[in-house]
Amino acid sequence: FYLTPPQVNSILKANEYSFKVPEFDGKNVSSILGFDSNQLPANAPIEDRRSAATCLQTRGMLLGVFDGHAGCACAQAVSERLFYYIAVSLLPHETLLEIENAVESGRALLPILQWHKHPNDYFSKEASKLYFNSLRTYWQELIDLNSGETTDVREALINAFKRLDNDISLEAQVGDPNSFLNYLVLRVAFSGSTACVAHVDGVDLHVANTGDSRAMLGVQEEDGSWSAVTLSYDHNAQNEHEVERVKMEHPKSEEKSLVKQDRLLGLLMPFRAFGDVKFKWSIELQKRVVESGPDQLNDNEYTKFIPPNYYTPPYLTAEPEVIHHRLRPQDKFLVLATDGLWETMHRQDVARIVGEYLTGVHHQQPIAVGGYKVTLGQMHGLLTERRARISSVFEDQNAATHLIRHAVGNNEFGTVDHERLSKMLSLPEELARMYRDDITIIVVQFNSHVIGAYQNEE
Amino acid sequence: AAGMFLRLLSDIQWRAAHPKWRRMTGSQRSASTTAEPHPLSLPAQAQVVICGGGIMGTSVAYHLSKMGFKDIVLLEQGRLAAGTTRFCAGIVSTARPMSIELKMAHYSNKLYQQLEQETGVQTGYMKTGSISLAQTQDRLISLKRIASSLNVMGIPCEIISPKKVAQLHPLINIHDLVGAMYVPEDALVSSANVSLALATAASRNGVQIHERTSVSHVTIQRGRVTGVETDRGRIQCEFFVNCAGQWAYELGHSGEEPVHIPVHACEHFYLLTHPLQEPLSSSLPTVVDPDGRIYIRNWQGGILSGGFEKNPKPLFTEGRNQLEIQNLQEDWDHFGPLLSALLRRMPGLEALQIMQLVNCPESFTPDMRCIMGESPTARGYFVLAGMNSAGISYGGGAGKYLAEWIVNGYPSENVWPLDLKRFGTLQSSRTFLRHRVMEVMPLMYDLKVPRWDFQTGRQLRTSPLYDRLDAQGARWMEKHGFERVKYFVPPGSDLLDLDHSKTFYKPDWFDIVGAEVKCCKEAVCVIDMSSFTKFEISSTGDQALENLQYLFSNDLDVPVGHVVHTGMLNEKGGYENDCSIARLSKRSFFMISPTDQQVHCWAWLKNHLPDDSNLVLEDVTWKYTALNLIGPRAVDVLSELSYAPMTAEHFPSLFCKEMSVGYANGIRVMSITHTGEPGFVLYIPIEYALHVYNEVMNMGQKYGIRNAGYYALRSLRIEKFFAFWGQDLDAFTTPMECGREFQVKLDKGMEFLGQEVLLEQKQNGVYKRFTMFILEDHDTDMDLWPWWGEPIFRNGRYVGKTTSSAYSYTLERHVCLGFVHHFDEQTGEELVVTTDFINQGEFEIDIAGQRFQAKAKLYPFSSLFAQRRRKDDVELSGYQRE
Repeated sequence: FYLTPPQVNSILKANEYSFKVPEFDGKNVSSILGFDSNQLPANAPIEDRRSAATCLQTRGMLLGVFDGHAGCACAQAVSERLFYYIAVSLLPHETLLEIENAVESGRALLPILQWHKHPNDYFSKEASKLYFNSLRTYWQELIDLNSGETTDVREALINAFKRLDNDISLEAQVGDPNSFLNYLVLRVAFSGSTACVAHVDGVDLHVANTGDSRAMLGVQEEDGSWSAVTLSYDHNAQNEHEVERVKMEHPKSEEKSLVKQDRLLGLLMPFRAFGDVKFKWSIELQKRVVESGPDQLNDNEYTKFIPPNYYTPPYLTAEPEVIHHRLRPQDKFLVLATDGLWETMHRQDVARIVGEYLTGVHHQQPIAVGGYKVTLGQMHGLLTERRARISSVFEDQNAATHLIRHAVGNNEFGTVDHERLSKMLSLPEELARMYRDDITIIVVQFNSHVIGAYQNEE
Repeated sequence: AAGMFLRLLSDIQWRAAHPKWRRMTGSQRSASTTAEPHPLSLPAQAQVVICGGGIMGTSVAYHLSKMGFKDIVLLEQGRLAAGTTRFCAGIVSTARPMSIELKMAHYSNKLYQQLEQETGVQTGYMKTGSISLAQTQDRLISLKRIASSLNVMGIPCEIISPKKVAQLHPLINIHDLVGAMYVPEDALVSSANVSLALATAASRNGVQIHERTSVSHVTIQRGRVTGVETDRGRIQCEFFVNCAGQWAYELGHSGEEPVHIPVHACEHFYLLTHPLQEPLSSSLPTVVDPDGRIYIRNWQGGILSGGFEKNPKPLFTEGRNQLEIQNLQEDWDHFGPLLSALLRRMPGLEALQIMQLVNCPESFTPDMRCIMGESPTARGYFVLAGMNSAGISYGGGAGKYLAEWIVNGYPSENVWPLDLKRFGTLQSSRTFLRHRVMEVMPLMYDLKVPRWDFQTGRQLRTSPLYDRLDAQGARWMEKHGFERVKYFVPPGSDLLDLDHSKTFYKPDWFDIVGAEVKCCKEAVCVIDMSSFTKFEISSTGDQALENLQYLFSNDLDVPVGHVVHTGMLNEKGGYENDCSIARLSKRSFFMISPTDQQVHCWAWLKNHLPDDSNLVLEDVTWKYTALNLIGPRAVDVLSELSYAPMTAEHFPSLFCKEMSVGYANGIRVMSITHTGEPGFVLYIPIEYALHVYNEVMNMGQKYGIRNAGYYALRSLRIEKFFAFWGQDLDAFTTPMECGREFQVKLDKGMEFLGQEVLLEQKQNGVYKRFTMFILEDHDTDMDLWPWWGEPIFRNGRYVGKTTSSAYSYTLERHVCLGFVHHFDEQTGEELVVTTDFINQGEFEIDIAGQRFQAKAKLYPFSSLFAQRRRKDDVELSGYQRE
């Protein structure tokens, strides 16, 4: 049977979300116009997660996609917690003190993040207290450390990733008197998640990546064409450096068993990840935790299973690789997506499809002159162009949705084939995973005017 | 960012417009120091409290203080000149189609010109002139009509060729122009500074100005203003003036007894640019390109250009936050069409750099005219608001008229077209206002041809027969929210786009209306006239008669069943209302007035009748459907339906009787038609309306009955020289001036309002005379049609203006009605208009610059009247306003 176009649309649009950044947020003119995000599940329930938030005590915005495996618990926890760790890592000493004093004296806390969430993006209420305590311990340590230096974004990102993974590991080892929470922290630790996070502040774009999600910059060339610049390294078997790194970290004797069938220890596709304590803890620790853990954990074959050739843990790290990029006016957008997208589409096609889509729907976003030098003629040309495009109406109001439509429905000619799209979307749950992976996409659109103005200032 | 930037920019704007900024600031400060010696204390009482420190509030304060009022307090919620006034484009333009608006703008211009000298505050006044462009012949006609009005007022103005346009303004592309109008004395000002100058002068004259003081509401007791509650305490006052601009509506609604002020804001955009390479001269004329929907003025070496787009963006429908005015977003896509028009008009500006797109809300009213005057429900509560983006042009004149109104009880000019009382609660719905202002704003620059109608906010008040009439081809117009038929398109007629035909020449409906007129003359027609205002006044004793005798000039002490046409005059003998009153019984009267008198007349009676519980005034407009049966066979139709003899012996003219029509009893039948033709008006309780209509139409078939509309009515009444209140008659016209002495009973044995003036006029003559003109050399098919407002010339000299016109199908000529004055040739002083002055003159009517010979008459053609009429019966009344 076929899905009608409206049915297809309702499936594709179920999780779409858009956020437009106010031109002036009270502190600075943002280099981000806004972002579109969306998810299409293949697993039931979906194991991908996404997050977006504005830092309120420092400048900048955080956006991230998280691809979970062996369940969604870890991806969920990381999507809730990682941005707090990053934000805290970025905070100056005085702000940390202020926050700590507020907690100490029971006063209201300064808000750290403003989240931009789809209604389906939930936070765990039960674990919030536990998570908060871990976070507080982290900032207390930061206060004690007080390096006195200004915080470097790269370092902050790396510290935050590592710290959170460490906390996940510790919480699982310590456990919790509340049996629900105890089970939760164990599920978080035993499942895993990649993370690909962008921090945008003015022209400074940092991408911190752990695992095989990917960040890609859409660049418009002078001739108007689109090209892609990848801003992350995939941590998987296709990345020679990554294979090299893993081999360097373990004795030569394990060289053959480390990577089998393009998987870590023959099991895990991403070579870096949060959670996955089965690839991090010693065998003794794993056994102890599983045995003392709740029955559900004990009964689970996967958790009890020790990877073969497991001699010198840890085999896995959550430490990200961070790439810094100074945004230029030709950098029009950033795509963060889980491997579900990149498996089906070449980055060059992604750049072209999003680029053409965004210039096409540009008319829906107000233009503002602000303080830039625009002549009446230029403005007139721009407006005429925008008006002309209104005629070519797009079905999608959301760049991420548009991309998913292409990723799932593209035929061999690179155009969306409704029949194919309909088939792919009507697959029964148990079959869907065979044909496609969960897809999560965030498309961030930059304000070239602002970026141009920043450049001119320097 | 937008908000911050806007604020910054408007500071720059002030500073740059005034090189001596420091001195300006100094004087501004000293102004507010004198105004607020003790900034924290409001006076406990004042004679007048004005709310609003924009151009309107300061102008009212300025004029009131000049007229000798001392005890005036002006309250401003923020800073002076901070609302729409601050963002106003500052164009003072006298090119207004309506005479009263033209006068206000002319006065404003003269006032602003000398304001800097008077106050020492720099106003940025610059006499640049203005050019209004015409891209079409129709537009040029409308400009020529305005030019005619300006010229007779002594305001220099000429229609110029495209070539001349290019000489006046080097940047204008003239290739698509057919002509233009040049008004050399139009000016530019900084509106905020004009407002500050007015405030400075006012405060020197003793007006207390308090900024950062919000009025929360106005207290009203027993129908009078008693005081004002502010966030800084209460002020007792006699008069309150609501000049709150776009906040006027809400302020009006803030008290316990609402004062309905129908204004609604729309976003209004204009563009500011950086200076040209070679900065534009500050004396370059302002350009208005109504066909392109834009205006362009020079601004600090660059330009300022805005317009009135087709698809306006109404805002604050649900109410407002006063801060929001600072934070409105620019919307370039919305401005796109106007930018295209700008670059088409001035292609040389392509390389000009944009400074900002300003978004400044403007308040609009339901009929595109501003709102002034006293509330019909609260005495002492005055309003001046809703400037439809012409605030700076009207500011001076409007402030003056309102001040006169407060001081003297009435302004020195007829301001009925602007009177708050032309509106009632029915125009106060936010939904109505939102929809209507979306039509009004583009209309600012739309071509307005004779007899255009609003399309929004329609079908609000309708007769019970609406659907029946509509199904028979009725085409509708609206008056005071009431749907009225213009004419009926015959079945099978291919005039489907009749409603859209816009022309200054002979309209498409010419033959349709001709047929309706013919039927009125030869057979019988039915016109639904339910919209007319109907009041009943009754009392337990003689109070009703006594009071009406005082308020009306004719003698109402007539036998029961008689109908009297009479003016409701003011102290100066002028018509506040013109109505027909039937004496239903010894102690009760039934009063018919024009549709738009519903609020005004009610307020006038309420204010003049004693507060006596034994005297009851009731508005029964909604209770009756009125059917006007016009024509020689009306009598046959009615007598067959009622089995009652209706001939003149049994039912003389100007008679009123309750009778049965068909099955329905209690139908109030009056032998008047508002046209001079024989016939009757039936006042039918609404539940019988459909029945009576059906009976009349069925019975009428054999007499050739048909439906007719107001256009036929108008043609009939104008060829009979009937004046209509609101169109021909106003508060400045006496019965003596329009040949209605026979409706005035100076000797009725008791005093009445206006009597002294009328007596004086009877003895000494009148200074203007209502005259009928028959156009002689006018070709109905080929020439421009007259409308109203056309200048009248006698022996080549301007003597007055027409007030209405129509084609007479009987005379086969156009008839114009208007007032003739006699200005002394040397001094311009007004002299008495004698019969000889009219009869011995050669008259011409100026239609858009072209003059047509006209024959003047002081009395109607007797041959046009039905034979049975005696002179005294002649029914000289009517109520329609086109």
